[in-house]
Amino acid sequence: MATTVLGARDVRPARFWASTNGKKAVMAVTGAILFLFVIGHMLGNLQIFEGPEKLNDYGHFLHSVPEILWAVRSVLIVSVVLHIWASVQLAVRKTKARPVGYSHRDNIASSYASRTMYWSGPILLAFVIYHLLHLTAGVIQPGGEFVPADVYHNVVAGFQVWYVSAWYVFSMVLLAFHIRHGAWSMFQSVGFNHPRHTPILKKGALALAILIAAGYISVPVSVMLGVVK
Amino acid sequence: MRLKLKIWRQQSRSAAGKFVSYPMDDANPDMSMLECLDVLNERLIEAGEDPVAFEHDCREGICGSCGFMINGVAHGPLPATTVCQLTLRHFKEGQELVLEPWRARAFPLIKDLVVDRRSFDRIISSGGYVSVSTGSAPDGNAILVSKESADRAMDAAACIGCGACVAACPNASAALFTGAKIAHLGILPQGKPERDVRALRMVAQMNAEGFGGCTNIGECTGVCPKEIPLEVIAAMNRDYIRGSWRERDNLVTTIRPFTEWSTGSKLKVDRATE
Repeated sequence: MATTVLGARDVRPARFWASTNGKKAVMAVTGAILFLFVIGHMLGNLQIFEGPEKLNDYGHFLHSVPEILWAVRSVLIVSVVLHIWASVQLAVRKTKARPVGYSHRDNIASSYASRTMYWSGPILLAFVIYHLLHLTAGVIQPGGEFVPADVYHNVVAGFQVWYVSAWYVFSMVLLAFHIRHGAWSMFQSVGFNHPRHTPILKKGALALAILIAAGYISVPVSVMLGVVK
Repeated sequence: MRLKLKIWRQQSRSAAGKFVSYPMDDANPDMSMLECLDVLNERLIEAGEDPVAFEHDCREGICGSCGFMINGVAHGPLPATTVCQLTLRHFKEGQELVLEPWRARAFPLIKDLVVDRRSFDRIISSGGYVSVSTGSAPDGNAILVSKESADRAMDAAACIGCGACVAACPNASAALFTGAKIAHLGILPQGKPERDVRALRMVAQMNAEGFGGCTNIGECTGVCPKEIPLEVIAAMNRDYIRGSWRERDNLVTTIRPFTEWSTGSKLKVDRATE
């Protein structure tokens, strides 16, 4: 009897990850985590309309227990890394799967958002890096000096620079596109699709995408209009 | 009616291909797309030229042999219709039709509009079956199947394996095909015992063939001549995740994808190794 040599592909999680379906399941779960974060972050941001004290207290509260803060950040970082890693591997696979392209191919059934996930994703990554450097690390200081404890000041000073606001608004529109497809597609990737419930999920994804983008965009727009200063 | 056909001509896999234009001045609007090619081929044969190679069999939309891109849409503009059932009256007088073969690494070109779809056969043979004891026919209604299950299984079983889903997918993914084959057996009680291992094996073979990954965009369903719902892809994902979680033995093997023809083949196709 032949002995079976166990290679990397014979370990169950490795085999799951190696398949396109497994990668999409990982992307669905990590995407869901990031989706929940995006909702929570937006709700936190909206406290800017309740004044500087409220927002700065909230910022202080988030930083109050470093262990919890870093535990949450670790989950988010791992999610981002896995989400991107899977998508890059799938993108490489996609380019290999059709070596000779069509002279012309029409899209007849898919949404614009679903076809542009490979564009909205990388641009959002660039935005997140900029955003962290701007408002978390304070390395980039477009609108004046970064004050670590004064979130309100940093936000208002940053968004008074027009290109910071424009880049933010543009990125949030792309986030809406990403969520519009991702928020229902993740159910499909983990195996849930029902003729009655999936249309509701699609509508829900669109509604949440618009609400989330509107919530985020309201902050720079208010700063630019002078409502928040 | 007059039509202008712009057809992809490629002698063999290794030869360079190009589009060649053929004016059709005597096309009958009641002809099917394939009959139009038949008329063109008769003309080409009479002129001593090489006829356009295309695959066909039943010509009544149920065998899954035919299929190519017409103006960038698999099986042409009419929904739920194969090219053999697509009549020319759906086109405009004088319209130019660009005919192009399915393009995917897992569907290597054989000649002109014909591609090698044996990758689908290998996916089926890796797990698209139900193991039963042979012998006398089972009693009718011995295994009860609910109306809903029967309908869902039948919807998935309508897949004719034409390959339009792969052709239309920007990722060249075979998820709709594999999903249909997994779902139509997995929904029925006869297919339940092998549900986990079927999904594991068929997914493993699908990935070994070099198809792209599914991004749930739905182009496949849009061109499918049998309108297989996207639901079957979720069924595949569900069974695959379930099977991966419950798997006890390493039972998954894949068939090495091969694109060559046996040396005894009479087919005048490219036998050179890639």
